[in-house]
Amino acid sequence: MIPAAFDYERASTLDEALELLATHGADAKIIAGGQSLLPLMKLRLARPDRLIDIGRIASLRGVRRLPDGRLGIGALTSYAQLLDDPEVMDLALMADALPRIADLQVRNRGTIGGAIAHADPAADMPALLLALEAEVVARSATRGERTIPIATFFEGAFSTALAPDELLTEIRLPSPSGSYGSAYRMLEQQASGFAIAGVAAVVGRTGAGAGNGVDDRARSIDDVRVAVTGVGDMPYRAITVEEALRGTGLTDSAVGAAVADITRGISVQGDIHADQAYRTAMVEVMARRALSAARDRLG
Amino acid sequence: MATTVPVRLVVNGRAVVVEVEPRRLLVDVLREDLDLTGTKVGCDTSQCGTCTVHLDGRAVKSCTVLAVQADGSVVRTVEDLAPDPDHLHPLQAAFVEHHGLQCGFCTPGMLMTALDLLARVPDPSDGEIRDALQGNYCRCTGYQSIVESIKAGAAAMREGVPMPGAEA
Repeated sequence: MIPAAFDYERASTLDEALELLATHGADAKIIAGGQSLLPLMKLRLARPDRLIDIGRIASLRGVRRLPDGRLGIGALTSYAQLLDDPEVMDLALMADALPRIADLQVRNRGTIGGAIAHADPAADMPALLLALEAEVVARSATRGERTIPIATFFEGAFSTALAPDELLTEIRLPSPSGSYGSAYRMLEQQASGFAIAGVAAVVGRTGAGAGNGVDDRARSIDDVRVAVTGVGDMPYRAITVEEALRGTGLTDSAVGAAVADITRGISVQGDIHADQAYRTAMVEVMARRALSAARDRLG
Repeated sequence: MATTVPVRLVVNGRAVVVEVEPRRLLVDVLREDLDLTGTKVGCDTSQCGTCTVHLDGRAVKSCTVLAVQADGSVVRTVEDLAPDPDHLHPLQAAFVEHHGLQCGFCTPGMLMTALDLLARVPDPSDGEIRDALQGNYCRCTGYQSIVESIKAGAAAMREGVPMPGAEA
């Protein structure tokens, strides 16, 4: 299969990419690794007039520790590079998810920025970043840099808060104080590997109350985050579940009761792989598993 | 549109320049322009893995890479593994020895993916091999003999079986 014809521009620097976007934004698509975009172009489900190739912009690749302690992941960082990064793999939910995303060859090409900007409603990375409360950095030639909380980044299936002239440059992960555990559990569609239902959980005892003689383990779990992919028309945080579990100690019975609300307010998708009832049942199972694994990993 | 652009590659150690339309896929340029037909087109949807080649040292599915994206890169295809049929790469020899192929259509991809794994994990477990092969389909042999071939090939490569002109 051959994509429809397009004009091709390669940006060697970030500034060059932003200039090209300012000129052509509405008609252009950014290509990084191309692992999501090229299959769509080959099927002619996407027919951009112009591709702007950012694959060679070295400054957008790699993981760095920011001065404030957060982890900054360049948009062009591949899944393979994330798998090789000890600080990323220290995040248990990343270590759960990354080895199972796509396959070895696709992980060598596919980028974290591409995954987020593409905003596939069944992709894993959006749920992971929602649970981590990541921040997305975007730049444009005329308005400079802004940061977008991941909670407001996704606006629908394949739709994000990025403006046509904006380039996603970095993803920043907070490093909260206190003790944290996390996990990612998903039921994957066997042929495609995409999530029928995927749940990322982050649970923690924050620093509140530290140093007052209270044993850390006795303090309650006061930070609970549950993010879901593959279920609705975009990834989401299950706020009702989070609120119900805060301060409960995340016993199996508390978790079991809370996850019954995980699709509240969500239009659950049904397709040939999983109808609504099955998908709803499975996301509850994945949520139970993710939450109890995250709890068990708490220091 | 439909104008061509020059793409400079080093393919199997040889510098080449090809004039291509931007929409052309790396696999098609390798096969049609450079006559390197060892790399196959199977599913053409980045699933089956028989189009796998090394791009700057890492295994990629060349049906899902534009040739222009590879401009300036080093490409290695299955043709580079053995100088001639009498001097197979130890991994190829292991596939012959352990019945790692039947029709052979998936084999170029199996070899190139396995070599990516073995460059980083010289002595992989069965599980690591099976995980690495997730994106490579075989419809003849089943995977057991492929896993055995890769284990045997890895052992031969660790022992430094002499192989002219090829590195892991």
